[in-house]
Amino acid sequence: MAFVTFLASSLKLSATFLYGSTGEIITEKSGHLNLGIPGVMSVGAAVGCVTVFRLLKAEVASGFLLVFLPLLATLVAGGLMGVLYSFMTVTLRANQNVTGLALTTLGVGLAGHFMNGIRAESMILGRASKYYTSLFGINSTNWFVQVFLSHGVLVYLAIIIAIATQIILNRTRIGLHLRAVGENPATADAAGVNVTAYKYVATIIGSGIAALGGLFTIMDYMGGNWEYILEGFGWLSIALVIFTLWRPALAIPGSIIFGGLYIAAGFIKGISFAQIELIKLLPYVMTIVVLIFTSIVGNKKAQPPASLGLNYFREER
Amino acid sequence: MKNITKTFGSVIANNKVNLDIRKGEVLSVLGENGCGKTTLMNMLAGIYYPDSGQIFVNGEEVTIKSPKDAYALKIGMVHQHFKLVDVFTAAQNIALGVKDNGHYSIKKIAADVREMASRYGFIIDPNKMIHEMSVSEKQTVEIIKVLYRGANILILDEPTAVLTPQEIKTLFNVLREMKKDGKSIVIITHKLNEVMEISDRVAVLRKGEHIATVETKDTNEKELADMMVGKKLNLNIDRKDPVDPKPRLIIEHMTVKNRDGLKAVDDVSFTINGGEILGIAGIAGNGQKELLEGIAGLQKVESGSIIFHNPKKNKPVTFFHKDLKKIKKMAGEGKFHYPDGTRVDLTGKSNKEIIRLVNEEQILFYEDEIIDLRHRTPREIQELGIKLSFVPEDRLNMGLVGNMSIVDNMALRSYRKGKSIFVNKKRPKNLADTIIHDLEVVTPSDQTPVRRLSGGNVQKVLVGREISSSPKVLMAAYPVRGLDINSSYLIYNLLNQQKERNVAVVYVGEDLDVLLALADRLVVLSGGKVAGIVDARKVTKEEVGLLMLSRASGAEAEAVADMLGQTSESKTPKEGTNTETTEEEGTNND
Repeated sequence: MAFVTFLASSLKLSATFLYGSTGEIITEKSGHLNLGIPGVMSVGAAVGCVTVFRLLKAEVASGFLLVFLPLLATLVAGGLMGVLYSFMTVTLRANQNVTGLALTTLGVGLAGHFMNGIRAESMILGRASKYYTSLFGINSTNWFVQVFLSHGVLVYLAIIIAIATQIILNRTRIGLHLRAVGENPATADAAGVNVTAYKYVATIIGSGIAALGGLFTIMDYMGGNWEYILEGFGWLSIALVIFTLWRPALAIPGSIIFGGLYIAAGFIKGISFAQIELIKLLPYVMTIVVLIFTSIVGNKKAQPPASLGLNYFREER
Repeated sequence: MKNITKTFGSVIANNKVNLDIRKGEVLSVLGENGCGKTTLMNMLAGIYYPDSGQIFVNGEEVTIKSPKDAYALKIGMVHQHFKLVDVFTAAQNIALGVKDNGHYSIKKIAADVREMASRYGFIIDPNKMIHEMSVSEKQTVEIIKVLYRGANILILDEPTAVLTPQEIKTLFNVLREMKKDGKSIVIITHKLNEVMEISDRVAVLRKGEHIATVETKDTNEKELADMMVGKKLNLNIDRKDPVDPKPRLIIEHMTVKNRDGLKAVDDVSFTINGGEILGIAGIAGNGQKELLEGIAGLQKVESGSIIFHNPKKNKPVTFFHKDLKKIKKMAGEGKFHYPDGTRVDLTGKSNKEIIRLVNEEQILFYEDEIIDLRHRTPREIQELGIKLSFVPEDRLNMGLVGNMSIVDNMALRSYRKGKSIFVNKKRPKNLADTIIHDLEVVTPSDQTPVRRLSGGNVQKVLVGREISSSPKVLMAAYPVRGLDINSSYLIYNLLNQQKERNVAVVYVGEDLDVLLALADRLVVLSGGKVAGIVDARKVTKEEVGLLMLSRASGAEAEAVADMLGQTSESKTPKEGTNTETTEEEGTNND
């Protein structure tokens, strides 16, 4: 029975990483390495929570609105972080790593600021949490139901977004153009693709999706209790991008593995606190192993977009 | 194209060029490196925009501001450096950026590509990844990409440079098919035999100017070569006869491979003498860079030897190059003598005494030092006095740090000599000021970042620094690239001064007129091999020109070499593999 709970919890937590990594994959496919994901997730979560809080204060009782409006607010907040990042790196051509790290610091700080405003009464967020935690409202001891059907709406949304991203990237002209921009912007530019637009849109959408991971984590996984855990989850999401070799479809099982490893310690009896922290390191270790493996094999398909991290200058005419 | 002019900074790439391309013909644009062929065609393809002049397509005047405009006019260009996404298939690359209103289907595009390939005789698999393709397959994808967008005028920039002879044959067959289909094809090249084989007409450019356009059937290779290199100019370079030239560097059977594992320098042997300027002629990319870097220890030398005769005879031994232990050992081998001529015998002398003798310059070398440089590190080679000043396409890439001041760049070379952990700024500052003064470097101050200087001034700083270290061998590659005539003469004079100081000067240049007027002897490289070693005072420009092209048209060059009485190695007409892929150097170094 503990195993069923473990699987269910793994799947649940996986949504955090899935949002983060799907968003980051979309951004990275345009050639931009957004290390601001932890900040984006934090801001997204905070803005979402503040929205829930305001709705509750305004005595909105509709479950739909309590989920839909915060979700929208989170998307917008994440998107705005994406605008900031793309303005810095695409338009001003600032260094992507520095910008990303600054965005993380900024985001975590901003989230703290937002949450501070409602800290005294933040406990009431738990009241809205029930609309997040269970979509179908089925209570059953059946293992299949527990593992697959007991989750909140944001878990299923994460999987749908990941699958849709996979299809768009590989089956449509937009995806072809986006990948071309990330691989070889000069070629895409010469072929008439609007490189700047693709980079902006990909980064903004990517950040919006990643921000949803923050909202999910607080409102569903944490049951409405704010905690400063999103920064670590953000880094794990970026690691997951590498782990899944930039494929959203692979990110679904990948995020479940990460989720499982992250909570595994809690299901092992009789280990020390130090050992728990050690087990939580496993996702990072696995990412490094994957990196080593793909570097040795040198498979072209398993590599990051060729111009990842490089800002594009159109050659002066 | 009418009266097309294009300048990059102070360099005129194209000067009032007139060119017409007819429907259903193959036109060759022929010229040396840096004569503006690629620049001219880039203006048709929308990469550059002409400073002045007009372009007409089908009788109507047009402006071509971007590749998109060019495609709209059905003009397409296949560049030397392919613009392809490595991890895409051929079909995906071809689909990129094409706007058709139909549903996106890679299968349909692949089918179209197959149809097009069979029409013109290409061999291609639309579903193959670019990174799995050979160079010739990639080129095919580029050509189909252009055709797929409906181009009627096809410009190919040095298409054969990267192909094997068989692949060239296939390509030419395809081009003939396209010609039959009514397409106009422009080939940029400097290979005479290919011009004769494929083209209907030839347009010859020289130093940015259009010399003539002739019907291929009315001309021959000799005439084209003459047009290409032009008549000998009279340059007033004060060339003194070498005084007592002695072998300084003896290069024997040297082979260096380039990054792709091909032999860039192939079994090259020649001698560099002290007190003379040895010119190295050849079309860019025929092994000059690898040759110099091989000597300087910057590239691995696969085989052969580089023997350096360090002119040490009668010079005092110092502790700068030799430590006490080495001096004792060499004295035992009889390598030293006293000023009065007797051999040095250090047995029984105390260390203190030896140090005194050395410091008083009482111990002199008995003969020149002979060293094989092949397994020395670049730093050791530099400390022996063999300096390389290489002016690359991107001048700030090698040798100087753009963001650092002139003074700091001087310090880069000398900091190791300092004894303290802090950098001594005084000496580099003096040196910088001397160079700025003597070479007339135009700069606000010696603290100005090198990046902000104009190209010519950067080069003066670079060459000036190498010369200041009193080298024994000075290798200057393209030191006047992009310089105006006055700055160029300044550099020539500097090199001549070095020659008079008995330095062995190696000069790699692009301009044959200068090479013939400056150098004492010329080594002509072609396809990484020595095509001939000639006396620069006696040889004519045309002879050198033909030697440079000898890898492309073997028999004729051999005849020329025989005529000149030079040993020329057997010429297998194997070409293409080690190639002139850096044609753009001269034109794009703005």
